[in-house]
Order: sequence, then C-alpha cells, then structure tokens
Amino acid sequence: MKRSAFWLWSASLAVYAFLYIPLAVVVLFSFNDSMLNAQWVGFTLDWYGKLLGDGEMLRAAANSLLIALLSSSISTVLGAMAGLAMHRYRFRWLPLLVLTPVAMPEILLGVSLLLFFRQSLDLTLGFLSILIAHTTFSIGFVAVIVRARLAGMDESIFEAARDLGASPWLTFRRITLPLILPALVAGFLMSFTLSIDDFVITFFVAGVGVTTLPLQIYSMIKVAVTPEVNAVSTLLMALTLTLIFFASRFAPDVLKERG
Amino acid sequence: MAKWFVTLPPTLFLLAFFLAPALIVVAAGFREPGEFGGLAPFAAPSTEAYRFLLGDAIYAEIFARSFLVAGLSTLICVVLAYPLAWLIAKSPKKRRDLLVLLVILPFASNFLVRIYAWIMLLGPAGLLYTPFAVIVGMVYVHLPFMILPLYINLEKHDPALLEAAQDLGASAWTRFWRVTFPLSLPGIFSGSALVFIPVLGMFAVPELLGGTGDLLIGNLIKEQFLDNRDWPLGSALSILLTVAVLALAGLTAWAARRGLHGTEAVS
Repeated sequence: MKRSAFWLWSASLAVYAFLYIPLAVVVLFSFNDSMLNAQWVGFTLDWYGKLLGDGEMLRAAANSLLIALLSSSISTVLGAMAGLAMHRYRFRWLPLLVLTPVAMPEILLGVSLLLFFRQSLDLTLGFLSILIAHTTFSIGFVAVIVRARLAGMDESIFEAARDLGASPWLTFRRITLPLILPALVAGFLMSFTLSIDDFVITFFVAGVGVTTLPLQIYSMIKVAVTPEVNAVSTLLMALTLTLIFFASRFAPDVLKERG
Repeated sequence: MAKWFVTLPPTLFLLAFFLAPALIVVAAGFREPGEFGGLAPFAAPSTEAYRFLLGDAIYAEIFARSFLVAGLSTLICVVLAYPLAWLIAKSPKKRRDLLVLLVILPFASNFLVRIYAWIMLLGPAGLLYTPFAVIVGMVYVHLPFMILPLYINLEKHDPALLEAAQDLGASAWTRFWRVTFPLSLPGIFSGSALVFIPVLGMFAVPELLGGTGDLLIGNLIKEQFLDNRDWPLGSALSILLTVAVLALAGLTAWAARRGLHGTEAVS
C-alpha cells in the first residue's frame, strides 16, 4: 500500500470509529445488568422487559407511529403534487415555498407554528398540531425525491402517450404513476423516518397532552441517564435500519440522486 | 386544469402552515407582551422587543457565541470529512456505495439517541457540561451533512488534472493544495451551509451537553416562547436568526458560484 493510501485509510477509519463507537456503546449497555451505565456487569434483557411494562412509553410509541403513518401519507400525496408541479410548470415561487421549510433551522418552524396555532387559530396543542407540523416539513423532502425521479426521465414517453390519444388522467395513471412509484415509496419512508425522529419541532407544538417517543426520551435524558433509554434507543435504531433497508431495496436510484 | 390540480393543494397547505405562521412571527415581533405571557391586545406597532434586544449586551454575546460555536463546528467537520470523502470518491464503484451507506447509517438513528450516546461517554470522563461537549455533540450530529456534498464534489474531479500536475513535478502536498482543494471549494461551501445553519439554531445539544454558560440563540428563543412566555421577544430573536440565516445562505450561494468560476478557470 502506498504511504498516502495508508494515511487516507487510517484517517477514514478513525472517523468511522467516531461515528459508530458512541452508538455501539448505547446498544451494548442496553444489555447491561446494572442500574448504572458506568461499567459492564453482565448480560440481561431486563431493560427491554421493563419497556414493555412502561405504559407511558408505549403510549408515546403508539402516538409516534400513528402520527408518522398519517403525516407521511398526507405529505407523500402533497409532496408528489409539488414535485410534479415543480418539474412540469416552472413557477418560480413554488420551489421557494416548498423548499424553504427544509432549509431553515427547525426551531424557526417550531416557534412559528406554536405562535400560529395558539395565537391565530386558538387550537389546543396536541395530536392535530403535531400532525400538521410533521406534514409541513415532510412535503419538501418528498417533492425533491419525486422531482429528481422525473428529471431523469425521457419526456417523449409522456408525449407518446398523448399522441396516442390518452387523456391527462390516463397518462398519469398508466405512465407517470408507475414510473414515479419508487420515488413515492422512498418519499413515504423518508417522511415516516423524519416524523418518528423529529424532536425539535414536535417539542414546540406538542403541548402538554400528547407525547411522542422522542419527547419521552428527552424528558428521560433530562432527569437521569437510565439503561431503559439505551433499550428504547436500540429499538429505535433497529426500526430506522429496517426502514432504510426497505427504502434502499425499493428505490436505490432515487435515494442516490438525493444523497 | 391538471396544472392547478397538482399545484394548488401543496401550495395552499404551505401558504397556510408555513408562510402564514412565518408572517405572524414577523408581526408578533412588533407587539407587546401580555401580562400573563403571550401577546397583549393590539394597540399600536411597538419596537420594544427590538429595543430590549439591542439594549442588553447579553444578547449580542449569545449571538457571537452561537456564531463561534457554529464556525468551529463547521471547521472541525471539514477537517474530519475531507479524508473520508476523498477515500469514498477514490474507491471503486461497488465499495463506494457501501462506504456511503456506512456514513448515512449512524445519522439515521434518532437525533436524541446520538446526543444521549455522548452523555454516556462524556459523563464518566468528567467532560459533560463543558463547551468541549457542545462542540463534540454538534460535530457528531452534523458530520454527514459535510461528508456527502464533499464526496459528491470530489467524485467529479478529473484525475487527469492530478496526473498533469504530477508530470509537471508537483509534490503530493502541492497537488492537494493547488489542484484538489480549490476545486473542492463548492463542496465545502454547500456542506458548510448544511452544518453552520442548523448549529446556529440548535437548542437541544447545548441544553443536554453544555453548561449554563454555553447557551446559544436556540436556547434563548426556546426560553422566550416556553418558559418566560415573552412572545414578542422570542419572535424578534427568531427574526434576527432568520436574517442571519438568509444572509449566510446568500453568501454561500455567492461563494459557491465564485468557487465554480475558479473551477472553470482551472479546467
């Protein structure tokens, strides 16, 4: 191996270690038979068992799942529309409206929605406000994925369909929809992950009544560090990995274009 | 028909739940705080919140600290991301996909889990609640945002340029600084925007890993909206953060364009 290649590999391995060691420690200690995280005592599944008996945690998980399912369904439909519109009709203001929420610091979207829900709508914060907020920040991600998929396509397919007398609706159903399906699946999984993971925006629009998994984790971390957090973190990692696995199986090209 | 059928629903949704809330924040910055929090009944536009912000040096200090933390985190991200991005860009196609996936995976775990991991590691080491912990957390959470754009940039470089430099007698060091690095500036700029801007508004990392002296703009905003319930002040702070972000975004776009012109000159 050349000396420069050796240095490059060493430096890169160090950075990979930096990325992985902290998470490996969390996973490892979720099986540690001790109240304290400081040292390894022995193997146990107790912390996972404890999670199953933790009603608050289970309710938070159920909320997270339901909100993620609903918000990613809505944002997949709206995001796909936005992606199609950005690709086909060149409104200059549309990308700005769709993509700015993605580019801004999350806290700004969080506080502006808090102010809007409480001040303008006088809405009680909870399930609905979280659902709307998650949909708002996911639309842009879906739109980008759908637009990227469309950009890689040969326009003549759509022209051919029209020339053969297909109505716009038929063209959409028989040509466009099957072609963008991988992007829709990827977009759905992406917004699902974003919704399950979101802490910052949810923190502002959740109010006191409804809690989600990240909010629950946050309050646990703030109070004390317990192995139960390791266990729920490990489960959450496993869930995300599964989702990514499916996303990459369904739509490898689309994910690559986004990255 | 089809045009408005696909354009209107997302547009209306975002006008209602993105643009309208943003405008309300702007308006709230010119209101007065209510007696029990929130906003007082509207009488006349007020600049009280802004005068308060400008009148107290603590706010300028927190803004300065936020920019410092964001700048330092970005710089460390560049240094850590460079070798990895380069390795990925130079790898054969098949291995490249695997190496990219290995960068994305940890980043796909929950944001709080990633912060929590550092509480576990830094706590026993006695480094928790220090500025060091804040920087480590910021870098850890945002590093992939630097690696990916940089890798995409480096991948596009024409190896012939480096060969030419070598033929002309340039050392490895010179080849890097005179060829690769200048060509990679657009990648560094877009990565920097993706790191700097979120760090600027972050409140969770300083809150969970930092001490009381490490609070940033994000913490200040959160405090005004949720704890003090001084909505006009919180709004004014959000507007200042937005202005800073927009200025930075504009600057990055300009710098990236200049970087690209540089690229054209070289190639």
